[in-house]
Amino acid sequence: MPAVSGWRPPTTNALRDMRNLPWIPATIIAVMVIMAIFAPFLAPYSPIDQSLPDKLLPPFWVEGGSTKYILGTDAFGRDMLSRLIYGARVSLLVALLALTAGGGVGLVIGIVAGYFGGRLEALLMRLVDAAFTFPAILFALLLAVTMGQGLGTLVIAISLLLWASFARIMRGEVLALKQRDFVALARVRGCSSLRIMVTHILPNVMNTFMVLLTLNIGVVIVAEASLSFLGAGIPPPTPTWGLMISEGRGRISTAWWVSLIPGIAITLLVLSVNLFGDWLRDRLDPRLRQL
Amino acid sequence: MDAEMASERPPGTVLEVRNLTTHFFLRRGVVKAVDGVSFSLKRGEVLGLVGESGCGKSLTALSLMRLLPRGGARTIAGEIVLDGEDILTKTPAEMRDIRGSKISMILQDPQTSLNPVFSIGNQICEAIVRRIGGRKRDAVPEAVEALRRVDIAAPEQRIGQFPHQMSGGMKQRVVGAIAITGKPQVLIADEPTTALDVTIQLQYLKLLKRLQAETQMGILFITHDFGVVARMCDRVAVMYAGRIVECGPVRQVFDSPSHPYTRALIASVPKMTETADRLPTIDGQPPALWDLPVGCRFEARCPHAEQRCRDAYPGSFQVGVDHTADCWRVAPA
Amino acid sequence: MSTDTLLRVTNLRKHYPFTKGILFARTVGQVKAVDDISFTIAPGETLGLVGESGCGKTTTSKLVLNLEEPSSGEILLQGKPIHGLRGDALREYRSLVQAVFQDPWSSLNPRMMVGKIIGESLVVTKWGSAAAIEGRVRELLLSVGLRAEQALQYPHEFSGGQRQRIALASALASQPKLIVLDEPVSALDVSIRAQMMNLLKDVQARDNVAYLLVAHDLASVRYMADQTIVMYLGKIVEYAPTRTLFDDVQHPYTKALFSAVLSARPGQQADEIVLSGEVPSPLNPPGGCRFHTRCPFAMPRCSSEEPVLRETAPSHLVACHLYDQG
Repeated sequence: MPAVSGWRPPTTNALRDMRNLPWIPATIIAVMVIMAIFAPFLAPYSPIDQSLPDKLLPPFWVEGGSTKYILGTDAFGRDMLSRLIYGARVSLLVALLALTAGGGVGLVIGIVAGYFGGRLEALLMRLVDAAFTFPAILFALLLAVTMGQGLGTLVIAISLLLWASFARIMRGEVLALKQRDFVALARVRGCSSLRIMVTHILPNVMNTFMVLLTLNIGVVIVAEASLSFLGAGIPPPTPTWGLMISEGRGRISTAWWVSLIPGIAITLLVLSVNLFGDWLRDRLDPRLRQL
Repeated sequence: MDAEMASERPPGTVLEVRNLTTHFFLRRGVVKAVDGVSFSLKRGEVLGLVGESGCGKSLTALSLMRLLPRGGARTIAGEIVLDGEDILTKTPAEMRDIRGSKISMILQDPQTSLNPVFSIGNQICEAIVRRIGGRKRDAVPEAVEALRRVDIAAPEQRIGQFPHQMSGGMKQRVVGAIAITGKPQVLIADEPTTALDVTIQLQYLKLLKRLQAETQMGILFITHDFGVVARMCDRVAVMYAGRIVECGPVRQVFDSPSHPYTRALIASVPKMTETADRLPTIDGQPPALWDLPVGCRFEARCPHAEQRCRDAYPGSFQVGVDHTADCWRVAPA
Repeated sequence: MSTDTLLRVTNLRKHYPFTKGILFARTVGQVKAVDDISFTIAPGETLGLVGESGCGKTTTSKLVLNLEEPSSGEILLQGKPIHGLRGDALREYRSLVQAVFQDPWSSLNPRMMVGKIIGESLVVTKWGSAAAIEGRVRELLLSVGLRAEQALQYPHEFSGGQRQRIALASALASQPKLIVLDEPVSALDVSIRAQMMNLLKDVQARDNVAYLLVAHDLASVRYMADQTIVMYLGKIVEYAPTRTLFDDVQHPYTKALFSAVLSARPGQQADEIVLSGEVPSPLNPPGGCRFHTRCPFAMPRCSSEEPVLRETAPSHLVACHLYDQG
């Protein structure tokens, strides 16, 4: 586009930008976050209270169900809705912690590797390559066996899954950024390497980092669900969506709601987050390109 | 040498542009990037189009090729008469035939003008085949000849090479070769030498002149470099804020610039032959293209501004043979 | 002369090894980007460094700025060597030698406020309190023709010319004695260039700053530089006071360069020298005089023997066998 003084051209896809916030995904995400935070106030029952006489009741709109248990009950008579609401809590908490840990480590390694280059970069990038070849789920299972199941183990396992892709992408960003004159000029002005990385490089890669975070939420949630499904996640009776799917495994044809409902919840959340991340990237990236 | 060329030029206008108007229609408003541009180009003539960034010269070129960028740009008025026909009335399919064969363009950056994953032979043959049909393989001899014409040594070997194996100057020559395979009547060169070293630039300009002598095509040469204009162009048009403010034979415009902007611009360029203590500058900024004044667009920065300059836009007034300037001060009394 | 010299460069060389192979990289050649150059800059003076791509001017500026280590040779600032400096000594060097680069769109951190960008060199040397730094930033903004309140704005709110001025202000913050100007105006519009060059001259007159002006635009060099060096493929081919150089061009390459720089005066094509061929690769420069493959005046001697810089007129050094009878 020809440069016109003072006028900033619109983003390359004006239509998409005009679409504003994607309301449906944003609402879904908001609802789930609220569910997670206010679980004790929203859930009609305790998620772990069993009521064997009420076991395997279908959701209220199916014959045999009642409005007492809106989404039905599982094999132990526990209310599906309550478990779903509390399950959101665990899933989102794990997602947050794993993203912070994995993303954070990946960010730091990526920046250090990209900025210093040379042997340090080569070493770190070989580590990244190795991490990619590792069978992550197996490793998580191994961790669960050796360290015992629990929130900490789960977070560590998932972080290990994440950090490598963050590191690789962030290092790429830093390599591109290093070409910009202001990085060389920062050295000329007397900045230490640490200062350059923190003041000059970090703020300029934050956009990409944010987008990466949102795009990986889906990965993390599915990872948590998978690990819980396999029995390597949070031990029962704490509900997590993955665990709930696992519990309904043997009864898919008879009591389909036990697996399907948490499955739908996961799908909705991951879809919403991905769409939201898409929109976020459209809004943030073109600005980056303009700079 | 160039004076000889001048006398051999046959008459005949090959491109006539009248009142070309291309605006950007945005949420913010209408950006009048090209606002009533008129000029003519004869066979075998080089017309320079000079101006600073934002004046609209590149967009004029794109408008002529009808290759406007996406995002609200539309040519809403004017006529572009190429070889007797107004190409603004052509359909996209017709334009595809016209581009490359009647009117062609070379751009500034040799790095991005060529596709890095195809050999240059492939790219030249593609251009040839588009014009005359047939298979790329059969077009190779003509491609080799095209490279020879642009002074590339050992063209048989170069044909299989890739862009990254060539220097900037050589890439620009390949770009030039591709542009003229269709034997266009008009060649638009948008700052083709800006990215080249000066000694390479000189080689390239001489090449362009030679090709022009052979083909008698008209060249519209867009640049911001006055030295290049002085060397290459027969006539020059100076653009400011979407309009041509002065147009005339190069000698005349340089020796006696009639528009205050032209005068100020020429004065602000450091000269090889003089030492100066201070360079004269032009105060202020060009006007915003979405909020243009109703009168002369240079008025706010002009040392000679008068009331009538604010009231109405001066038309093009004759200041010499084939030399016009849009300024009230040169209007006939 | 020795106490009066600000920067002294002696026999500077920078060779980049050229490696082949990914796993076990072998050095198969050297890119001799800068190959034995020497020059001096006096306080408050401007030295113009001219040449085309591959001549080594960018590498020279990086060496002077201590962004790269030389392969051999010496650079002295105020009599002290500049390479191998660490800690406080390096910090002091950084406050004395600054830079303004070519591209106004990439010279400023888009996420930093302009005031913070300008004051950065003061912050890292703990020059003074936050308030003191703020005051100095205000001063600097005014000195380059901007307004004090613009310190709170971000780079994207400024035009190219204004950004270069911000870049200059941030270079001036630490009161340097030498500023490396790497094509400071070539990315700017023609009418803005004049403003920027005038500003640079004013600053020099006011603060007695020396400039190493790297440029390909000879006319700007004529306007700004006291001395001029012409480089070709890593070597200095001509070195003279600017006025002398422009009055009496001697080296064939300089002549070609001058004739290629098109004067804005139509019809002035005196003895135009058009060089044939491409610029040779710095990986494999021609033997003898590096210019001999394109030189219209080449003699047999030129392909075997490298010419040495000799003084052919007072202060006018040329490296060419044409002037070396004997």
